[in-house]
Amino acid sequence: MKISRDDVLYVAELANLELNESEVETFRGQLDAILTYIDKLKQLDVSAVEPMAQVLQSAASPDGALRDDVVRKCNIADAILEQAPEAKKPYFRVPKVIER
Amino acid sequence: MSAANTWTVSAVREALEAKKLSARELVAEFYARIEEKNPELNAFLTLSPERAYAQTDRIDALRARGEKLPPLAGVPVAIKDVISTRGIRTTCGSRILENYVPPYDATAVEKLESAGAVILGKTNCDEFAMGSSNENSAYGPVRNPVATDRVPGGSSGGSAAAVAAGLAVAALGTDTGGSIRQPGAFCGIPAMMPTYGRVSRYGLIAFASSLDRIGPFATTVRDAAAVLSVIEGHDANDSTSAAVPQSDYFEEMEKPIRGMRIGIPGEYFGEGMDPEVRAKIEAGIELMKRMGCQPVALRMPHTEYAIATYYIVATAEASSNLARFDGVRYGLRVHGDSLREMYKKTRGRGFGPEVKRRIMLGTYALSSGYYDAYYLRAQKVRTLIARDFLLAFEKVDAIVTPTSPTTAFRLGERTMDPLAMYLADIYTVTGSLAGIPGISIPCGTTSARLPVGLQIFGPRFAESRVLQLALAFEKAGGFSI
Repeated sequence: MKISRDDVLYVAELANLELNESEVETFRGQLDAILTYIDKLKQLDVSAVEPMAQVLQSAASPDGALRDDVVRKCNIADAILEQAPEAKKPYFRVPKVIER
Repeated sequence: MSAANTWTVSAVREALEAKKLSARELVAEFYARIEEKNPELNAFLTLSPERAYAQTDRIDALRARGEKLPPLAGVPVAIKDVISTRGIRTTCGSRILENYVPPYDATAVEKLESAGAVILGKTNCDEFAMGSSNENSAYGPVRNPVATDRVPGGSSGGSAAAVAAGLAVAALGTDTGGSIRQPGAFCGIPAMMPTYGRVSRYGLIAFASSLDRIGPFATTVRDAAAVLSVIEGHDANDSTSAAVPQSDYFEEMEKPIRGMRIGIPGEYFGEGMDPEVRAKIEAGIELMKRMGCQPVALRMPHTEYAIATYYIVATAEASSNLARFDGVRYGLRVHGDSLREMYKKTRGRGFGPEVKRRIMLGTYALSSGYYDAYYLRAQKVRTLIARDFLLAFEKVDAIVTPTSPTTAFRLGERTMDPLAMYLADIYTVTGSLAGIPGISIPCGTTSARLPVGLQIFGPRFAESRVLQLALAFEKAGGFSI
């Protein structure tokens, strides 16, 4: 068994996901089966292989993708805030974060 | 509207130019057909008639003034619901974005509209494009128009079903591990994944950023090329979009294919493949041979590691990308006593099971102590898989494989076993990991009249060659082999 119930709870905590009791058990079994399958990758010797960090590193010029770091005006704050579940212009509202 | 299935980009243009009907009348016919068929198919989640008719009026005004029409003038298209559309609800097939209305258009959408296309609405898909059957949508599954007890494939199932049922002339989908090509195969239509970087991802709500691509569904290869040529190109808003010159697909793809070397990798014809699918693909390869292609047997030894690699890389990226859905800036918020509680409840309630499973897997793969064993190792194996293709393309011009080991399966048939569902992506994820272009085209039907898809891969930015072979195959009658 690769994944314990505690592992599931720990990872859910890292991912900020609330899981119910049946999800914890279902995911434990399913993730265990998937990770056991993924162990296949250990059959390969990759010690001399570079990770593929960029898909197109050699195709187009990678540095050409960087633009100049200049400030541009964009008046979209109101349109953005309209989508917020709770806002008080010009802010998003969230539950209290800091206790006094 | 019996002619719905025969509308193509060129047929629309001819009809508009000959004043047989107006763009408005054409779109009204499509909406009538959607109204009739969509209750059963569930291909569209949201319709956008206001925006569509504003566009048809612009096109009809151009016609009235006798001006030159843009390349997709009046062509009714559908957009997968993971692609942002200004003022039109964009849900990603998720409860967490049930009421989300983007304040901007994706670059691909903007380009389609500038080229005269008419956006009919948004299509159903697996939640955040995670799935291979469209059964992971929070808004119900899509039914395959070819056989309505079966899935249309996924994740772009709604786009594939809409085009196959004649509810749109073309559609945009997204492909991360096969999500354009596999539903194209299941619904019996051409479906193309361009090279990574060919089409801007700006406005595509990210699943796995190093894999996600936008591409077209259409009923003919020429139409797929017509849509691709409009949506492609470098975009300052996507740093991974490539600054490569635009190809002239229309000229390139008409060139003769005699002498083209087509690679047939043995690894794509192994166990688990439906014998009827195998027979059709072999018949397709025979046809290509008669057309003057030279088949070359290939070995691509890292193919068997592609699924394991894909489900680490894709889920790791997803766990990071989907962290933004936290109830603060958009979408659902479920109240909690603290900020943390709000995050957890919002995400716990807003995401469906497949999305949670993948976030969990990706978070695990990136977590302290496991990063080297899973994510880093997978990124290295990804290099090996891409190298298999690089080496293959030294010997061949294109690679031909089945798109999927089976035809469309029945609704509910595979939902209980996520690993089995993942394993069926075997022929498509390789090309996703390698960043190369691929197309699925129809290659006959089985005895149960279910479509088989044949996949063509080409080297990076060799879309014209992929389209050239696909078009020649279509002209030679391969679609109904």
